[in-house]
Amino acid sequence: MKIRIKFKKFGSMKFLGHLDVMRFFQKALRRAQLDICYTGGFSPHPVMSFASPLGVGLTSDGEYLDIEVNSCGSSAEMVERLNEVMVEGVEIVSFRILPNKMKSAMSQVAAADYRLTFRPGYEPGDWHLWEEKWREFASLPSLVVVKKTKKKEQEADLRPLIHSLSLDSAGISMRVAAGSVNNLKPEFLMETFYHMAGWEWNPFTFQIHRQDLYMENNGVFVSMEEAGQEIDRPLAGEAMG
Amino acid sequence: MRKLALSDEILLTIEKPARYIGNEVNAAMKDKNAVDVSFVMCFPDVYEIGMSHLGIQILYDMFNRREDVYCDRVYSPWIDLDRIMRKEHIPLFAVESQAPVKSFDFLGITIQYEMCYTNILQILDLSKIPLLAKDRTEDDPIVIGGGPCTYNPEPIADFFDLFYMGEGETQYYPLIDLYKEHKKSGGSRIEFLEKAAELPGMYVPSFYETEYNEDGTIKRFYKTNPHAKDTIVKELVVDMRDTYYPEKPVVPLIKATQDRVVLEIQRGCIRGCRFCQAGMIYRPVRERDVEFLKERARTMLANTGHEEISLSSLSSSDYSCLEELVTFLIEEFQDQRINISLPSLRIDAFSLDVMGKVQDIRKSSLTFAPEAGSQRLRDVINKGLTEEVILEGAAMAFQGGWNRVKLYFMLGLPTETEADMRGIAELSDKIARRYYEIPKDQRNGRVQIVASSSFFVPKPFTPFQWAPMCTKEEFLNRARVVNHACREQLNHKSIKYNWHEADVTVLEGVLARGDRRVAPVIMKAYEKGCLYDAWSETFHNDLWMEAFDECNVSIAFYNNRERDVNEILPWDFIDTGVTKAFLKREWKNAQEGKVTPNCRQRCSGCGVMRFEGGICVENKN
Repeated sequence: MKIRIKFKKFGSMKFLGHLDVMRFFQKALRRAQLDICYTGGFSPHPVMSFASPLGVGLTSDGEYLDIEVNSCGSSAEMVERLNEVMVEGVEIVSFRILPNKMKSAMSQVAAADYRLTFRPGYEPGDWHLWEEKWREFASLPSLVVVKKTKKKEQEADLRPLIHSLSLDSAGISMRVAAGSVNNLKPEFLMETFYHMAGWEWNPFTFQIHRQDLYMENNGVFVSMEEAGQEIDRPLAGEAMG
Repeated sequence: MRKLALSDEILLTIEKPARYIGNEVNAAMKDKNAVDVSFVMCFPDVYEIGMSHLGIQILYDMFNRREDVYCDRVYSPWIDLDRIMRKEHIPLFAVESQAPVKSFDFLGITIQYEMCYTNILQILDLSKIPLLAKDRTEDDPIVIGGGPCTYNPEPIADFFDLFYMGEGETQYYPLIDLYKEHKKSGGSRIEFLEKAAELPGMYVPSFYETEYNEDGTIKRFYKTNPHAKDTIVKELVVDMRDTYYPEKPVVPLIKATQDRVVLEIQRGCIRGCRFCQAGMIYRPVRERDVEFLKERARTMLANTGHEEISLSSLSSSDYSCLEELVTFLIEEFQDQRINISLPSLRIDAFSLDVMGKVQDIRKSSLTFAPEAGSQRLRDVINKGLTEEVILEGAAMAFQGGWNRVKLYFMLGLPTETEADMRGIAELSDKIARRYYEIPKDQRNGRVQIVASSSFFVPKPFTPFQWAPMCTKEEFLNRARVVNHACREQLNHKSIKYNWHEADVTVLEGVLARGDRRVAPVIMKAYEKGCLYDAWSETFHNDLWMEAFDECNVSIAFYNNRERDVNEILPWDFIDTGVTKAFLKREWKNAQEGKVTPNCRQRCSGCGVMRFEGGICVENKN
C-alpha cells in the first residue's frame, strides 16, 4: 500500500539538509514500528520518496514523503504514533493512503506556495521605493534571465514559472512552478528582483517558508495531500483502486 | 522554542550547521536552571566523531537519570566556525541548552587520543575559561578530565582542575553529591577540590609538584596538599552485570561515524599484547551478561531506529558467549533488515560462517592484525597469532569466496630487525600464494592484499613503557625496507603496502610519555594555530617543531632514549592494578622473546586480582 505522509519542518530543524532529513525519517519509521516495505540487497532501506527537497534554512508547512507499507492503522493512529517519535521541529500532519497506480510524489509536484518575510535587520530602508520597484517588477510581462549551468549559459524566461505574486505589509506570498520539469526557487526570483532594482542582494534577506506543494489536476493546482485518502480503520495488504 | 546561540547568518554560512543545534532524538533537554548540578560533557573533536563515542553515551545517560543533574554536551567547533566565534567573540555553548559552557558547574572532557590536546585548549579558550587551572576563579566550571590519555595526565595537568582515573560509572555520583553539598554550603573552589581529592580515583594535579634531576629525569613527585593521596588507584566497575548502559542512546541528526547501536560486550582483554595500553589499563576482562545484551539490543534498536548494530570490545572473539549472541542477533534482526556489523573477529570456521550470512562476500575483506612480520617479533610483543593460523584462516576464507585481505602491522617495535621488516612482505606473499593454490576455475579473480603499518608508540602502563621509540627518519627507513621487500615478492602485483605519517607519530610519542614540562609546548603550539592535529589536513608539524624549539624542550629526551627500569616515570603515582613488577617482568620476557599465556590459559599474576572481579574470580571458581 502506498502512503503519503505530510509533515511540517520548522525551528532548528530548518538547518537539517535533505539527505539528513531522509536519514531522520528512515530511523523514525523504524522507531514508530511501521510495517514498512524495504528494498532488497545487503543494505536494505525503506521504499521512500520525497516530493521536493527543501533547501537548508527554509521552513515548511507542506512537505511530502511517500512510503510503502504492508499494513497500518488508521490515519489518526499513525499520525499520533509517528509524532511520538519526532523531535521538535518536525510534525506529522497527515498519513493517507494513495491509489496503487499513483505516480511518485517527486514526479507529481507542479507548484509550490512560499511566504517570504524579512529577517530582522534586512527590512528595506525606504519602503515606498521598495514597493514601487516591486510592483514594477511584478508587472513585467517577461523576466528573461541568464541561467548558468556547468556547461553553458542559457536564457530563460521566469515569468511563466510564476503563477501568483502578492505583497503585503509583512512580506511576499508567491505560487511558483516546482518539481523536476520546471522549478523556480523563491530566493532566485528575489535575487533577480534585487539585481534589476540595482540593489545589492544578500541571501539572508528573507526567511522563506514553504506553505504547500501542489500537483496539477486538469489545469487546477491541488494540494499534494489531496491525492490520498484518510484511513479510518486498520488495513492489511489491501489496495486502493 | 529554544533560541539558538548562533544566528541564522552564521549557521547558513558554515559547513554542517546541524552539528551545533542539538535537538537530537533521545536528547535529555532538561531545564538547566531547574537542577542542582549542571555538567557539560565534551569530546574535543568534531561532532560526528564525538557523537560516536560510547563512553559519553553511557555517562550522559547515567547523569541524566538523576533528576537533580543535567548533563549537556559540547564538541569542538570545526575550523570554519572557530574562526567566526573568535572574530565575533561568541562564547562556546552546549548543544542542547545552547547555554555558554562557562555557565555550567562542570566541564568534563574525555581524552581519547593525544592528538586532541590542542582541541582541549580550543574548548577552554572559546568558552572563555582560563587555559591554566591556576588562573581560574569561582566563576569558572570545574574542568575535569577522563579517558585513556589520563593514564599519563602530566602533559595536560596544568589545564585541568581534576582528573578522574578509570571507569566513570563508579565515582561520578559521589562527586556530584559532594559538589551539591559544597554548593549549598557556599564553599570555595579550592575547598571543593580538597574534598574531591579524597574521593577514590580523583587526582587534583595542583596538589602535587615535581622535582627533576640534572639529567632531566624525575627526582621526586610529591604532594603539597594534605588532602591529596600518594597514589591514585584507578576506578573500575567490578560487576558488569549490575551497571549503567543506555536504553535510549542519543541519535544524531547528521550521520555520525558510528551510526549504529553499539553493544559493549566486555571490558578489558585477556591477551596481554605488550604494546597495547588498553589491554593493560582495562584489566581484568569483565564480560557482560549475554541475556542483558540481547535485551539491550532489542530496546536500543527500537528506541533509536538505527538500521545497524555492532559489537564493541577489545577482542570480541574472546567473549565466551559470542556464538550465542551473534546467532541471536542474526536470527532476531535480519528479518527486520537490521545490518549486523561484526568487529574484527579471529578468522575461523564460525566467524567465516557468520560473515557469510551478514555481509556481501564480494565486497567485504578479511582482516588480520599480525602486528609484526615475523614469528620471532610476534613473540616479543606477545601477539598470539601464528603464521599457521593466519594462512589456514586465509585458505578457509578463500575457499568460501573471499579474495580481499587486509593486514595490520606495526613498525619500529622493540628489537625489530631488517628480517622482521621484510617478514611483512613475505607473509603477504605467502597469503597470496595460498590463494593461487586454489584451482583457477574455483577462485574469484585476483587476490588483493593490503598491508598497512603504523609506527609504534610506546605507551605508559605497558611493558614497553621503557622502550626507545624510533626517530622520524628511522621510521621512514623501515617503511622503505618493507616497501622494497614487497616489490621483490613473487605476487608483488597483488600486494599493496601503506604506511602511516611519521611526523604525527613522533608528536604522539612525546605527548604519550611526556611530563609537566611538555604543557608549555602544547600551549605554544595552540597559540601558533595548531588545532585538529588528528586530522591530516589541519596538522601543522612545522608549527609544533617551532613550539618545541621555542620552549627548549627536547623530543629525543622523551622519545628516543631507553628508560632505566628504576627511573621515576611521570605516571608512577597512578595505580592501574597492574603492578610495575609485572610490567618489568614482561619487558624482560619481551627482550628474551618469551611468550606469556593469556588470562584464560593461566594467571600471570599481573596484580589486578586484588580488584576481585571478572576473569580473576571466574578462574578461581
